[in-house]
Amino acid sequence: MKNKVEQCMAGVLTWVDQRFPLTSNIKAHLTEYYAPKNFNFWYFFGSLAMLVLVLQIVTGIFLTMHYKPDAALAFGSVEYIMRDVSWGWLIRYMHSTGASMFFVVVYLHMFRGLIYGSYRAPRELIWLFGVGIFLVLMGEAFFGYLLPWGQMSYWGAQVIINLFTSIPFIGPDVSEWLRGDYVVSDATLNRFFAFHVIALPLVLLGLVVAHLIALHEVGSNNPDGIEIKAHKDPKTHIPLDGIPFHPYYTVKDIVGVAVFLMVFSAIIFFAPEMSGYFLEADNFIPADPLQTPAHIAPVWYFTPYYSILRAVPPIFNSQFPGVAAMGLSVMIFALLPWLDRSPVKSIRYRGSLYKKWLALFVVSFIVLGYLGTKPSNVWGVFDASTWIVGGADRATIVARIFTLTYFLFFILMPWYTKKDKTKPVPERVTA
Amino acid sequence: MANQPVDQAKRRFLIAATSAVGGVAVAAMAVPFVSSMLPSARARAAGAAVEVDISKIEPGAMITVEWRGKPVWIVNLTESMSQTLSGQEDKLTDPNLDVVSQQPDYCKNATRSIRPNLMVMEGICTHLGCSPSPKLQPNGDMGDDWKGGFFCPCHGSKFDLAGRVFKGSPAPTNLVVPPHHYLSDAILLVGEHSKEAV
Repeated sequence: MKNKVEQCMAGVLTWVDQRFPLTSNIKAHLTEYYAPKNFNFWYFFGSLAMLVLVLQIVTGIFLTMHYKPDAALAFGSVEYIMRDVSWGWLIRYMHSTGASMFFVVVYLHMFRGLIYGSYRAPRELIWLFGVGIFLVLMGEAFFGYLLPWGQMSYWGAQVIINLFTSIPFIGPDVSEWLRGDYVVSDATLNRFFAFHVIALPLVLLGLVVAHLIALHEVGSNNPDGIEIKAHKDPKTHIPLDGIPFHPYYTVKDIVGVAVFLMVFSAIIFFAPEMSGYFLEADNFIPADPLQTPAHIAPVWYFTPYYSILRAVPPIFNSQFPGVAAMGLSVMIFALLPWLDRSPVKSIRYRGSLYKKWLALFVVSFIVLGYLGTKPSNVWGVFDASTWIVGGADRATIVARIFTLTYFLFFILMPWYTKKDKTKPVPERVTA
Repeated sequence: MANQPVDQAKRRFLIAATSAVGGVAVAAMAVPFVSSMLPSARARAAGAAVEVDISKIEPGAMITVEWRGKPVWIVNLTESMSQTLSGQEDKLTDPNLDVVSQQPDYCKNATRSIRPNLMVMEGICTHLGCSPSPKLQPNGDMGDDWKGGFFCPCHGSKFDLAGRVFKGSPAPTNLVVPPHHYLSDAILLVGEHSKEAV
């Protein structure tokens, strides 16, 4: 009897395989995709990013069933979801917390790429697709933040769209075109909804597929930064240091998922607003075009770039340099594969020079991120008699210094990675 | 026919011509989509000029009206407030109103206004579009050398009572004076130049 069922299933599978490459795809991407056996903690965040992406899509679909993209109704419909829709609060908090957790996971995923040189040849395209994903994600977060139509939604969008006004010559027309009105209004809300729920998610999914196809073409990097394909079993042609993604890494990733979901649930149930870092207090006040909140700050994941924007002073009566610096601070990640001239990939075999620069970069990112959440007079002003900086906001000067070190990490990279004393790289992966 | 050699030149020409025509069609199709994102006829109509009754504004008081969704301030300056507009030119970024886009020609004067005591300006910071807070009275929480003006809470830009930006502010230019004119002693029209002015 059992034999009959198995025969029947095998028959169905053969029928499908003759018409669609099911078995061969499962092999190519799961059971016979060989990943290095020495993955560590840092390798959880790719699969976690996929998990959060799925959560965002699912919760997003259910939110659109109740949300109204209309300036007169939007704020009320979000409160309706929070109060009257069964379990609506949970779905909404999953979505708003998911946005922040997406950036937590993606920043850690990017940091992994940084320390193990995962952007280096032959993985430049994986990295570029990743930078694309990061940009689209920032767009998603920005467009999504307008939808609740609170004070922060409104004024945050107003500030960001006005950045385009500073583009020489075409700026004012571009920002009017983006808004569809003379100020952020119903027209703006309606189109941001379209971008947020359909346009960018489609691009995002396409980029994620491209990211994975490129990854599975060249194979994963690893903490040693060496190519496992260099040592294959002569008979089977399987990398000697590779293990099948399924079941080994699917099972490992499930542990990561379990721990992540514990943290995720704790935030949703105990601190969904994260003291204003995930959802800002002013956003619980309906948008008022005539009244700016006393202090405008973006959500935490944008604050390093926002700090850079504020730090660059206007030049020739134009704020465009600050806007350009902010854009560059994000785009410059795309150049990493060509800036790094080190003979080794992984931080394990790099010298102290690279480690110092990386540490400086991490400190710059965190300090800029912190300052971006605060008003620029948070640390008061320098005494008027102070040399050069007298009368300036202390925080602004600190932000300028760290903006400089942020960019120097990239600009000087060809020099210090080449000059650095590296250690010998092993032939095979280490345990 | 089948035995004739392939005319490669003809084939290349046809491919290029087809691609070019196809490209033009795609570009032409982008026009309606891109244009659909411009302010609609309804948004443009809602941007029409607004009439304001200015007879009820006490000296030293300020009212805010909405034009094109933006706050427009009307401040009735007292004698002492008017005096603050001269004497601190060295602290201003553009005291001579060289950036002509920030006010109509008929307001390119010492007080940036048609009537010397009535200031009309858009309450939108020229930095990134926040709405500055009025700090009309001298001193107070703005420090001892503050003579009255506006302070933007977003990034700390400071303006005097005529909307001229102080040096050291992130805002690059003075606040915008919108097109406006007086229909009568008591009625101000915001959003349109007077017929004579144009």
